[in-house]
Amino acid sequence: MADYSDAPRTLPKKPWTFDDHTLSEIRRAAATGIYDIRGGGSKRRLPHFDDLVLLGASISRYALEGYREKCGTDVILGDRFASKPLHLKIPITIAGMSFGSLSANAKEALGRGASAMGTSTTTGDGGMTPEERGQSRHLVYQYLPSRYGMNPDDLRKADAIEIVVGQGAKPGGGGMLLGQKITDRVAGMRTLPVGVDQRSACRHPDWTGPDDMEIKIQELREITNWEKPIYVKVGAARPYYDTALSVKAGADVVVVDGMQGGTAATQDVFIEHVGIPTLAAVREAVRALTDLDMHRKVQLVVSGGIRNGADVAKALAMGADAVAIGTAALVALGDNDPALEAEYQKLGTTAGAYDDWHEGRDPAGISTQDPELAKRLDPVKAGHRLANYLAVMTLELQTLARANGKSHVRNLEPEDLAALTVEAAAMAGVPLAGTSWIPGQ
Amino acid sequence: MTTTLANTELDLAKLDRRQVNRALQEAAKGDFTVTNPGGTHALACGLMHPVSVTIKGHCGYYAAGMNKEASVTIEGNAGTGVAENMMSGVVRVTGDASQSAGATGHGGLLVIEGNTSARCGISMKGIDIVVGGNIGHMCAFMAQAGCLVVCGDAGADLGDSIYEARIYVRGRVASLGADCIEKEMRDEHRAELADLLEQAGMDADPSAFKRYGSARELYNFNIDNLDAY
Repeated sequence: MADYSDAPRTLPKKPWTFDDHTLSEIRRAAATGIYDIRGGGSKRRLPHFDDLVLLGASISRYALEGYREKCGTDVILGDRFASKPLHLKIPITIAGMSFGSLSANAKEALGRGASAMGTSTTTGDGGMTPEERGQSRHLVYQYLPSRYGMNPDDLRKADAIEIVVGQGAKPGGGGMLLGQKITDRVAGMRTLPVGVDQRSACRHPDWTGPDDMEIKIQELREITNWEKPIYVKVGAARPYYDTALSVKAGADVVVVDGMQGGTAATQDVFIEHVGIPTLAAVREAVRALTDLDMHRKVQLVVSGGIRNGADVAKALAMGADAVAIGTAALVALGDNDPALEAEYQKLGTTAGAYDDWHEGRDPAGISTQDPELAKRLDPVKAGHRLANYLAVMTLELQTLARANGKSHVRNLEPEDLAALTVEAAAMAGVPLAGTSWIPGQ
Repeated sequence: MTTTLANTELDLAKLDRRQVNRALQEAAKGDFTVTNPGGTHALACGLMHPVSVTIKGHCGYYAAGMNKEASVTIEGNAGTGVAENMMSGVVRVTGDASQSAGATGHGGLLVIEGNTSARCGISMKGIDIVVGGNIGHMCAFMAQAGCLVVCGDAGADLGDSIYEARIYVRGRVASLGADCIEKEMRDEHRAELADLLEQAGMDADPSAFKRYGSARELYNFNIDNLDAY
């Protein structure tokens, strides 16, 4: 009988379907009986703005000189019905993140950074803090299903109102703030007992559909003397219809949040398997606005995975009026900093992967209510870092716009784009690079 | 707008909603009568001063929404979300109210002399609500604070996922929602209920009511409660 003991062996092969992460999740679930909760947005590879390129100028397009010729960046949001629309210096805004999920210092830093760059920041589920209002030149007040901390005085103090129907990380899902982050102050603002798990409702308590929402918008306008722009924020689920219905309901601004958009805490299975990518959502939202002849009349703000000026440029070229950043802003403040690697290791994770924001043990002092941890974040320095980051994004955006011959970033257009993959071409509705082919057309 | 020494009439047959609401919001004090409401939505909302307003007829959605300090009486029926997110003051509906009455209210007193529909007191945060008749299903859902008093019957799933709000019902309860249980009526509860009934002008014996509230078993996620999720 032949001896094959010294014969070459096929290398061990782990299954694609059951990769190491999947196996670890099965073991974790088997040990605990609880689904995995985490913060952040979708972590898997999705078609994104990286799959698009800007074409730049050539013989048929006339470029503008970088650093010399003017390239405007300002944007007006909410001039459909509001008598006092927002006039922002840059089309990059800070997305809604709550005090409760974030520390008061983090909220203040967001306000400082945004104000330094002439843009807006946004409250979150849990109401408006004095720190945030005091440091925010333009503050958007979120009107959420929970109505935690909602009151007419803060409503009138706001510069705009954002009705949150959903968010990209979990369209159809409500909020969740686990008991360890419900401190005395957070509990007081939310009228809850200290230490309980706080669930924010997944649907508004006093309306059930778009016709009702139209009346709700009227009420909010009546309470605020028709001054404040009213946004409607939706998670990217059915962006064509959600955008159209928001316009019909009387929104000044529609905010569409793709599945890469972050959350403070929800089930991993929800984050990764509900909703559609930002890239796909932008095109559908713009199509709805165009079909209604409301493009540029009702402004579109896009969020979910915006990281740099290129992402902004591509979103604007697809038809957005502005973008909102959340996760990237937290990173600019200091979230997931490799300098804190030793502490991340103690939490069983690593810098860049830390997403247990709901546990309140953030060594960066951002997603925590622990007073000792929160003290680690200097709101002035962190705000300065955010301002720097926003400045870089804006410079990148202007650089790309000038290269495409635009004297204002709002003039970027779909004709400036090509796609690198068939999927991105189909989703964004722009030609596959090197062809004139748009899948489906 | 017709003004007398005692009262200012705001006639919605002659004024539009913005004009009426602006007059009510800007008044620091005074008595107002709103006539010909005709089911107008968002009427008398956002009031912020101790004015007294009587609306002669039926209102649409969100009547007296976010009320603060004002006393508003609707002599008729009210649509969805009457006195939603009320902060303080008194809102009274002499007829029936539709769904989500007093939703998310933080304070003040809402009195509905007739019946109200589903989700009355949903996510209430300190408001007191007294209903003379019956209430629909899912009332006091996720109710956080305040009292819901029902002189008639309550629909299904009363107090589902309730936090620290208290519910008093004189009649029959179709069913209780998750984590809502009947609780002992102690002296302090009878006194609280008697005071609310008196404020609301309801002729009802506090001893005929039962109290319901949170069992507090679902306040923190526990896998042993899987059947309740």
